[in-house]
Amino acid sequence: MHPAFSVLFLTTLLGAGQGLFLALFAAEVAASIGIGPAPGREFLAVGGGVALAFGGLGLIASIFHIGHPERGWRAMARWRTSWLSRELIALPLFMAGLFAWVVAQFMLPTATLLLGAVTAVLCVALFICTGMIYACLRLLQEWATPLTPINYLLLGCASGATLAAACAAVMGSPLTGAFVRAAIALTVAGAIMRVAALYRNRRLRPRTTLQSAIGIPHPRIRQTAQGMMGGSFNTREFFHGATPQKMTAIKWGFLLGAFALPIALLVLGPAAPAALVAAFVVQYTGLLAERWYFFADANHPQNLYYQAIS
Amino acid sequence: MTQLALVIDLNVCVGCHACVTNCKQWNTSGAAGPLVDLNAYGADPTGTFFNRVQTFEVGEYPESQTVHFPKSCLHCEDPPCVPVCPTGASYKRAEDGIVLVDYDKCIGCKYCSWACPYGVRELDEKRRVMTKCTLCVDRIYDTSLSARDRQPSCVLACPTGARLFGDVHDPASGVATAIRERGGYPLMPEQGTRPANHYLPRRKTEYKIREEDLVRADNPLKIDGTLPRHDVPGDATEDFAT
Repeated sequence: MHPAFSVLFLTTLLGAGQGLFLALFAAEVAASIGIGPAPGREFLAVGGGVALAFGGLGLIASIFHIGHPERGWRAMARWRTSWLSRELIALPLFMAGLFAWVVAQFMLPTATLLLGAVTAVLCVALFICTGMIYACLRLLQEWATPLTPINYLLLGCASGATLAAACAAVMGSPLTGAFVRAAIALTVAGAIMRVAALYRNRRLRPRTTLQSAIGIPHPRIRQTAQGMMGGSFNTREFFHGATPQKMTAIKWGFLLGAFALPIALLVLGPAAPAALVAAFVVQYTGLLAERWYFFADANHPQNLYYQAIS
Repeated sequence: MTQLALVIDLNVCVGCHACVTNCKQWNTSGAAGPLVDLNAYGADPTGTFFNRVQTFEVGEYPESQTVHFPKSCLHCEDPPCVPVCPTGASYKRAEDGIVLVDYDKCIGCKYCSWACPYGVRELDEKRRVMTKCTLCVDRIYDTSLSARDRQPSCVLACPTGARLFGDVHDPASGVATAIRERGGYPLMPEQGTRPANHYLPRRKTEYKIREEDLVRADNPLKIDGTLPRHDVPGDATEDFAT
């Protein structure tokens, strides 16, 4: 599949914002039951504001990947069958809940736990809906696994925890150490699951072959002409256009950038603002590469029909 | 329940692309607006087509066959492009089973083209909506056209008669008969989409010549040595061409 940059930015920005909110709310809940220091209203409000900003940037990025954004409101219509529709319902509800939670920190402090709980449920639902958009397409075998929504959830939470640690360090919050430990744990978990997905994808056998694509059961079939000499939507949208060397480079790039380097920076570096912001920037760049590789990795069966120009 | 579809005969398709150009012309000049045709005379042309003809070589030279393969939307009975559409722009008509795109609702998110295993949905870059074969729904019900013209453009254009159109659920129709009698098959059955369009396979025309066809086994002239009599009525044998 062709990785569209608008979708890469949309999913990574939104994922980081959602993960940041979950980290902040977890700190608020922990403090309310007596574990750990109180986060403080200002810290939660500012952190929530950063999460809202990431979500808003993600939404702006999403406008660029559809043809008619002015009709975007229609896209909530088929929630009964389409995961994309469900995501487009969960997303504004989550943003509204997050906004209400941020406002309630000052306006209605007694309601923040309830509002936060509702928003946390919406947040997890949004992670699952976004992951299922890709996982429900059974024809794309690389995506059709529970690992797809699980990884999206874990990587969003990992980048969100790193962002929370960076925010905490910048604002001098006592929670910095706790967020750093959470970020390490989540990034390690994300690394394990993402490598598991890579192993699974390497061992896939294609379900559809050229024999079933044209219905001729001969063992030797090759395409001699795809019907046109110029490109078309079919040759652009379903292939990444990169060399195998570039694919391998990006794969190692994201394994280093999204997992190895941030873990090293979080474990070995000081809990200082500059180091933690650097860890987040490195991890975010690595996650962009991970999303690119996720898209490029998928082989669409329609590519069997577009192999050769005579 | 009616399911209109095409049956493509791979035995007679010669890869002339008449169906491709006729489809493009009809859909460019019709009510839905022009299809994208960028750089048509330039170095790098590209465009939106509903129907494409591809060519495959089956076997190794010299025991190889060239198979020309026209492909357009297969109007699946279980279309994967319909449930994934978030706006409901992609729908399957109940009355005749044609899968269509509502251009007024489509937001051009391309999710339906990801779900289609055959790659028959294309984004029209100018109009920013998804387009696909409509089975000429604007022709087949248009009573201002003659009965012969009320067929998809590609079916009318094919010089070898490789494209057949009809109701595959009606056992008496030409298409259902062709599928039944000639072993018509759908594409990618493992994907579970149950395409309505079927393809008729190549077949070898064979006739076994036996010794007795070349030399007559029974030769009345040789047996009794006399010429036949024309005035005696009797069974005619094919020896005597009258």
